[in-house]
Amino acid sequence: MSTKRNTFRHRTLPYLLIAPQLVVTLVFFMWPAAQAVIQSFQQEDAFGLSTTWVGFQNYQALFADPDYLNALKVTVVFTLGVTAMSLGLALLLALAVDRMVKSATVYTTLLVWPYAVAPAVSGVMWWFMFNPTIGIFPYLLRMVGYDWNHGLHGTDAMILVVLAASWNQISYNFLFFVAGLQSIPASLREAAAIDGAGPAKRFWTITLPLLSPTTFFLLVVNFVYAMFNTFATIHATTQGGPAGSTNILVYKVFNDGFIGLNLGSSSAQSVVLLFIVIALTVVQFAWVERRVQY
Amino acid sequence: MVENRRFLNILAHLVLILGVAFVAFPVYIALIASTHGQNDFLSGVIPLLPGHDTIRNYSAMMTQGLASSGAPPLWLMLGNSLIMALSISIGKIAISIISAFAIVYFRFPGRMIAFWLIFVTLMLPVEVRILPTYKVVAELGMLNTYAGLTVPLIASATATFLFRQVFLTIPEELMEAARIDGAGPMKFFWDILLPLSRTNIAALFVILFIYGWNQYLWPLLVTTGTDHYTIVLGIKRMADIADQQPEWNFIMSTVVLAMVPPVLVVIFMQRLFVKGLIETEK
Amino acid sequence: MAAITLESVGKTYAGGVTAVHAIDLAIEDGEFLVLVGPSGCGKSTLLRMIAGLETISSGAVKIGNRVVNQVEPAERDIAMVFQNYALYPHMSVRENLAYGLKNRGVPKDEIARRVAEAAKILEIGGFLDRKPRALSGGQRQRVAMGRAIVREPAAFLFDEPLSNLDAKLRVQMRGEIKQLQARLGTTSIYVTHDQLEAMTLAHRLVVLNGGRIEQVGTPLEVYRKPASTFVAAFIGSPAMNLLQAEVSGGRVRLGGASLPAPGAAEGKVTLGLRPEDLQRTRPGAEGALLMNVAYVEELGAQRLVHGTVGGQSLVCAQPVESDLGDTLTLTADPAAVHLFDAASGKRLG
Repeated sequence: MSTKRNTFRHRTLPYLLIAPQLVVTLVFFMWPAAQAVIQSFQQEDAFGLSTTWVGFQNYQALFADPDYLNALKVTVVFTLGVTAMSLGLALLLALAVDRMVKSATVYTTLLVWPYAVAPAVSGVMWWFMFNPTIGIFPYLLRMVGYDWNHGLHGTDAMILVVLAASWNQISYNFLFFVAGLQSIPASLREAAAIDGAGPAKRFWTITLPLLSPTTFFLLVVNFVYAMFNTFATIHATTQGGPAGSTNILVYKVFNDGFIGLNLGSSSAQSVVLLFIVIALTVVQFAWVERRVQY
Repeated sequence: MVENRRFLNILAHLVLILGVAFVAFPVYIALIASTHGQNDFLSGVIPLLPGHDTIRNYSAMMTQGLASSGAPPLWLMLGNSLIMALSISIGKIAISIISAFAIVYFRFPGRMIAFWLIFVTLMLPVEVRILPTYKVVAELGMLNTYAGLTVPLIASATATFLFRQVFLTIPEELMEAARIDGAGPMKFFWDILLPLSRTNIAALFVILFIYGWNQYLWPLLVTTGTDHYTIVLGIKRMADIADQQPEWNFIMSTVVLAMVPPVLVVIFMQRLFVKGLIETEK
Repeated sequence: MAAITLESVGKTYAGGVTAVHAIDLAIEDGEFLVLVGPSGCGKSTLLRMIAGLETISSGAVKIGNRVVNQVEPAERDIAMVFQNYALYPHMSVRENLAYGLKNRGVPKDEIARRVAEAAKILEIGGFLDRKPRALSGGQRQRVAMGRAIVREPAAFLFDEPLSNLDAKLRVQMRGEIKQLQARLGTTSIYVTHDQLEAMTLAHRLVVLNGGRIEQVGTPLEVYRKPASTFVAAFIGSPAMNLLQAEVSGGRVRLGGASLPAPGAAEGKVTLGLRPEDLQRTRPGAEGALLMNVAYVEELGAQRLVHGTVGGQSLVCAQPVESDLGDTLTLTADPAAVHLFDAASGKRLG
């Protein structure tokens, strides 16, 4: 880790400067995380009066619990759905903006602001538009003979939360794809054109491969987003239902901990999430390291 | 542009217009709904054209709130959101910039440990340590306080790394020149480092303001009384009434008001916003 | 103004690498001293130790009569001009000049007076309210010097101040620095890797190599009597020819040729001959060097002839009009013959 070759000499000042950050980190990050790990190996009795050490029992119970396995499955479907939808649409829009000369900034402005809308707020808006009795989309779907009801049908509920969560994330992906496209030298595409490649061929053989670092980075970011930052989307709309069909992991942790008050299980779930975040962070950093070497 | 194909250009415009429509449609519907009276939502389909109750809806929400679902007046929740967004963004920037200053410009025992402790917070989002963090805040008596709402969120590895990156690109000689000019560490920080990081601070502020304004899970846990509700949380509370049709006109006027501040920030500071977004992810 | 004395000053880094070996040096009050050497020779480290930007591992640095080893840079009463100028980018030229004075609590009207004076001397009065990024390279260089002048310090320290300028501007600024120093009479220490800059600026120059002093002297002393093969090769352009030779019978012998070397001890030596000291002589002259010409470089004022003597490469300078064949017959004055110990490279005699 680098510092300046030359540094100030002072005995106490650096500690004073770093203290606020460290105190907050220790009190609100390290200590709670350590508690989660410890509690995941403990069981509280029904009255919360005593705790006993139970080893890996909480974890065993967790992976034997059909609800948890269902939540895992739901999380995978939800994450893949959000990532595919928000990345796909964002790439399409970025490619289109990349062709624009004069109108690029106008379109960009019109496309980036959903980033600023809270996931909970976008959740409520989509929930409203899909309201089974008065919503505009169920009304249109009824005309083609589909009876939309996310309160009853798990698939409908899943589509709703994927749409709401993707809507928020498109602008972010869009901006990074635009930046990625701009960093591809025009001369490469020109050379390919001289070599006789048409627009479609150029996209598949030049643009897409050269965009792959951006795509990979966004893939990881979108996984993290869909898995951890969409609690609000779920909580503000389906609340995990119907029948657990949108019960993603972060929602289940909250639900089991705060509503179900199952401390041991909630902690074990936290630790599993912790490992997922660590894995994703490591992948992301490995990628950053690799990019630096280019 | 390699070649000018009319067809492709038209297609591109079409894609973009559809994209803008997809992005704008939910907001349009919310805006329209906030101009109608309660009765327009009882049956049929939600209105697609403006109604006549705009002023009534917004003024009712701003001054009275929605008593039936225990939501306080909007000005209170907007105020809470503003306090939360500002405290989080200013707090994060302040503690990150001084800790980055310590890490880059000083060599002291324990520096590596401090760096790693900060780094690890990257891996510990609230969602992962939710119950124990709540307990810590409860034991410190910080439930239902502004401090409880903001302090646990202001440690940020990302912001610390960003400032570290910025400081590392500032030429070494500037600090040496300042030392020869008689500036001590804090004077150097105020006179040289802070002015030179101005645009980075502004860009980060835009991102963090949005982050703070849009917090949901944390206020949900920490606030138990309505006096500390943020607006994002309030919307949910209003929509959440069992056995009763939600009052959509009021909910949607709240939705619109909840969106306006952060969206305006993004639109008017688009350049800083893009810079902030791309830099914090490096 | 003050004299600066270095008493066995050394620098060893934490990793155990020694950048500067115990150096003794006395810089007189008002002197312009140039530290010159290739990159990595320790010249910048030495300067930064005098400035207080680098801790001193051993020995003592004295400014005036005061040992300053533990004194903060700001309290050493020195000013420094950096290679990249290190102007504060967010401050105007005026604020850049005033910053150090403000920090010292100099009264406002005194600051204004000094800034105005420095601006007049350096002719930067026209852009005092501009930011550094709105200035050209030469103007920034002047501002950097202005920042040193306003302080009215005991000594100026220059760390390769001209190496970011283009060749033409460098020559111009070199002249200005020399005049400025003569006018102010402030003790100055100047670091450069450019031997021409060193020669033209210095009252005395110090040639450094591998953290040690190779030679201290006036430019002419160093040019005329280089103390080692290192100095001989480093100072002077084109560089001195260094050839493997042998002394016997009062002459230094190289293949069939020989040059007078009165008083030299018998044995292997390194023979140094400056290209400009080689003169043509008539073919067949006794002991003359026979040079096989490989190619010629035209420099306008003269031409450089590259070739070999007895298998060793040699360069000589010839007038432009000269008419060259495949071989040149060359000789040199006894005074122009430099002999160095073949093993240590130290000057003999």
